[in-house]
Amino acid sequence: MTRRTLWMWVGIASLVACAAGVVTFLIIMLFDLGRKGIPVLSWEFLSSFPREGMTEGGILPAIFGTTVLTLLATLLAAPLGVACAIWLEEYAGEGWLTQLTRAAVRNLAGVPSIVYGLFGLALFVEGMRMGASLLASACTLALLTLPSVIATTEEALRQVPRALREGALALGATRWETTYSVVLPAAIPGILTGVILALSRAAGETAPILFTGVAFYTRYLPASPFDEFMALPYHLYILSTQHHDPERVRPLAYGTAIALLLLVFLLNLAAFLLRARYRQKKRL
Amino acid sequence: MEKYVLQIEQLHLYAGSKHILKGISMNIPEHQIVALVGPSGCGKTMLLRSINRMHDLNPDIRIEGRILFKGKNVLDRHTDPVQLRRQIGMVFQKPNPFPKSIFKNVEYGLKINGMRHSAHIRDAVENSLKQSHLWDEVKEELDKSALELSGGQQQRLCLARAIAVAPEVILLDEPCSALDPISTAKVEETLLELKQLFTIVIVTHNLQQARRIADQTAFMYLGELVEYGPTVQMFEQPQQELTYNYLHGHFG
Repeated sequence: MTRRTLWMWVGIASLVACAAGVVTFLIIMLFDLGRKGIPVLSWEFLSSFPREGMTEGGILPAIFGTTVLTLLATLLAAPLGVACAIWLEEYAGEGWLTQLTRAAVRNLAGVPSIVYGLFGLALFVEGMRMGASLLASACTLALLTLPSVIATTEEALRQVPRALREGALALGATRWETTYSVVLPAAIPGILTGVILALSRAAGETAPILFTGVAFYTRYLPASPFDEFMALPYHLYILSTQHHDPERVRPLAYGTAIALLLLVFLLNLAAFLLRARYRQKKRL
Repeated sequence: MEKYVLQIEQLHLYAGSKHILKGISMNIPEHQIVALVGPSGCGKTMLLRSINRMHDLNPDIRIEGRILFKGKNVLDRHTDPVQLRRQIGMVFQKPNPFPKSIFKNVEYGLKINGMRHSAHIRDAVENSLKQSHLWDEVKEELDKSALELSGGQQQRLCLARAIAVAPEVILLDEPCSALDPISTAKVEETLLELKQLFTIVIVTHNLQQARRIADQTAFMYLGELVEYGPTVQMFEQPQQELTYNYLHGHFG
């Protein structure tokens, strides 16, 4: 074997080792979570309130809280983010305002989530007097996901072939007609995928909701957007670190982790299916 | 005396610092097919796209001179490009049907032009598809996605889409370059019929195509209009040596 082929094999082997390492970690984590968490999962666990100082019972309010919170945040972030991306990509052109906006969006994406939490506390909870509530948390979470919604929407719009835009314009469509009836329908799978992925990450966030509305324990499900709520990631945090008897509730913590993972997995699966379905239709 | 639909006067086009069209002047007579030929990069597509203001999308492009459409300068700031493009349609080099059904592709232009009555729309769609000789192939499956059609069918659909809005001029940018000979023949046959209704300006790389269908042919080279006149004369007795050499395949 010559030196060069030797080096080639060493290179390939180290790449394979890295890839295998990543996969191994993932498998170990899932296996460990599954082994400890799945036995806890039951209809009872998923559909009842915590009891006896959280040492028994289930996580229904946390599942409900996280689901509603995520949906509400979507409703807030998606229209705003998509509209912003459309403006940036289709209308703004290349001016200083566009560059400033793009720079702002990029930098917002790098702000730590705990800072969003503090900001949400100042702006929504206190400034806008929403109080610690589902709505304030959803607003904070929506802000957090906005940069990534904007970025993925922009990317999806950029993927729409220029020829399609020109086709519509050449028929005498206005810019808005072109955007609305040709560009958006072609970009919608990409946009939806981006939105869902952004929110599946948001569903697992703890820091932004910490100061803005999540509760340690509630006896009822939130009845209005101005109520406090429980959420899976926070519940997990409590069970693992803040409980008076963490050893005893460890299985419940694992069950909670699995439930959160499943929820996120379902969202990701939905995004994947959506993309696969539209990809067949969209081929040009 | 011939009536000119389009009069191009001293047209200069710059892309960034590059001088692409260098003072083009030509008149385009009504109800004729005018072919623009010339080697790649000579600016014929740029010229074509100036006529319906497709360059508006590109801020790097600067145009000087005038293009009169029925006496009005299309390059004037006050000319509304949207209105203009409803009167001057365009078919592109690569078929670009919308990812919608066949019917909706043709319907699109009608709807944005304000046609609401569904029976009228249906008639207009049928007519346009018949004029572009696509009707017999698709009449059973108008709801099928346009993307499932063959390339030649897609291009005829794009032609149908363009004529549905009843423009006065149709610009075609190498419409057959991606098509096989049979599809090309169908498109050419269609164009010959359509010149009764429209004025047609076609950019083509295919000299035989220009010879077969064009009434007038313009030969462009490096951004200049070398020669422009009746097709027969151009091909049989070109006035310029450059034209002769190009038509005889000495370069290009």
